[in-house]
Amino acid sequence: MAAISREEVAHLARLSRLAVTEEELDTFAGQLDVILQAVAQVGKVAAADIPPTSHSVPLTNVLREDVETPCLTPEEALSGAPDVDQQRFRVPRILNEDLAS
Amino acid sequence: MTTTLPSYDDVVARYEPVIGLETHVELGTRTKMFCGCPTDFGGEPNTRVCPVCLGLPGSLPVVNKAAVEATIRIGLALNCSIADWCRFARKNYFYPDMPKNFQISQYDEPLCVDGYLDVEVNGETVRIGIERVHMEEDTGKTLHVGGATGRIHGATESLVDYNRAGIPLVEIVTKPIPGTGELAPEVARAYVTELRDVIRSLGVSDVRMEEGSLRCDVNTSLNLPGQEWGTRTETKNVNSLRSVERAVRSEMLRQASVLDAGGRITQETRHFQEDTGDTRPGRSKETATDYRYFPEPDLVPIAPDPAWVAELKAALPELPRVHRRRLQEQWGLSDLDMQSVLNAGAVELIEQTVAAGATPAAARKWWLGELSRRANETGVELVDVGATPEQVAELQGLVDAGKLNDKLARTVLEGVVAGEGSPTEVMTSRNLEVVSDTGALTAAVDEAIAANPDIADKIRSGKVAAAGALVGAVMKTTRGQADAKTVRELILARLGA
Repeated sequence: MAAISREEVAHLARLSRLAVTEEELDTFAGQLDVILQAVAQVGKVAAADIPPTSHSVPLTNVLREDVETPCLTPEEALSGAPDVDQQRFRVPRILNEDLAS
Repeated sequence: MTTTLPSYDDVVARYEPVIGLETHVELGTRTKMFCGCPTDFGGEPNTRVCPVCLGLPGSLPVVNKAAVEATIRIGLALNCSIADWCRFARKNYFYPDMPKNFQISQYDEPLCVDGYLDVEVNGETVRIGIERVHMEEDTGKTLHVGGATGRIHGATESLVDYNRAGIPLVEIVTKPIPGTGELAPEVARAYVTELRDVIRSLGVSDVRMEEGSLRCDVNTSLNLPGQEWGTRTETKNVNSLRSVERAVRSEMLRQASVLDAGGRITQETRHFQEDTGDTRPGRSKETATDYRYFPEPDLVPIAPDPAWVAELKAALPELPRVHRRRLQEQWGLSDLDMQSVLNAGAVELIEQTVAAGATPAAARKWWLGELSRRANETGVELVDVGATPEQVAELQGLVDAGKLNDKLARTVLEGVVAGEGSPTEVMTSRNLEVVSDTGALTAAVDEAIAANPDIADKIRSGKVAAAGALVGAVMKTTRGQADAKTVRELILARLGA
């Protein structure tokens, strides 16, 4: 049985705002399925006493003191923005996308 | 769907409400949750940003220790257990208020769990269960342009300022609160009020609803007695304590009318309308599973040292409930009197007025009397009425020193509230000081005696009670600025009575 369905890939594409064609859906569903099945092999060898790993380094409590560091200038901050207005990032209308999802 | 709403009494007679509250508190740390950008309110757009809070490639977040500490303290004050190990999670969504396309939050491993907060409603204690207290980051501010009055509907584009993105946010979620019946709106308000006071007493946030450092989402559902809980709605945009109460109430009415008409409640986000007091449907949201939460790979787990937690617990300040009990004893108030002080939002104001030198009785008189009346009339919270505790103490000092009588003091207070200056300044500029110049007073007394020979005779013959009429006359010529007792003594002395 496939680990991920074509519908699930379509759903993820929509959530990720990726325009995926019908042909691409078939391709990606197949590829993702192979990847997921490969990863599932790990699950087979993991015994019940081995917790899932979320971090590869055995560290906890990496904290910093509450001390200010320099900010970017607004010019620097906005330099990579596709569009700028009133010293703000200018983005396309939001609501249409919401209704589509 | 019917548009006429049933009456509130009718609704609570037939349905049982279940409420729940999700409260967001912006912490008052100097810097953001995951980077060293300052958190001060205001500031030109995009001046408090760096590669981390802008989500630029290659940047890495580092957790602010002060924010973790503040969250643990809030958890402890709410009687929560502190997790010995927990992680951050990514909440994925596409909305430009976060430049990363995800918000760092906590999901199934909050820092604090399973606590409670006792609140008082109508003299009874209601224990509100706390489900969780977790850490996350605030979002940026979007300015919608091209539509009507800055609203997202009809906007052609949006402008984003990321100064607020990444400011430490603590989310406090209650367990569902059933069984409050008709008091549900009051319980909701009392909870948010008490929570605000607790957090303020910890000094970790300024918790001002109007500035957005305390934000509240209200969940409401209705069910028939003996049946399962109903579908809940989540009401956002609830920006004052009064609105918390109104939002629950109006949502109860709306849901009842839908159910009465045979309809079903949709699980949805609704927006409270400050002007009309009702709720409207909001934007439909990606459901919880669609946020695709997963452990944040860029942040290692938090494992608070139990010794540190114990230290923080030992150092918690006196909590508001305990503090109020102590004040009530000090002020010698009955439970009922204390409740009215509490309802008026006057506890701290009276406390500060006493600290500034007034007696508890005098402080209570001004805040619950003249100033509460004024706050009600103008529809503001007592704390924003326009007089400070120091000014009230100063005013009472002028009364105690005999420079103002009660009536004049009230006039002076009006001037203070109107922003004319301190009580002394208002008294001087409006020329309201009690006439203490004996020469001027004697002249006024003599004038009154001459104008009322009959009354004067009566007093001379021993009918001292008749002096009241002459006192009135003197008060009139001095425009109420004389001390009645002094005037009376003067009259009796002049007439040898």
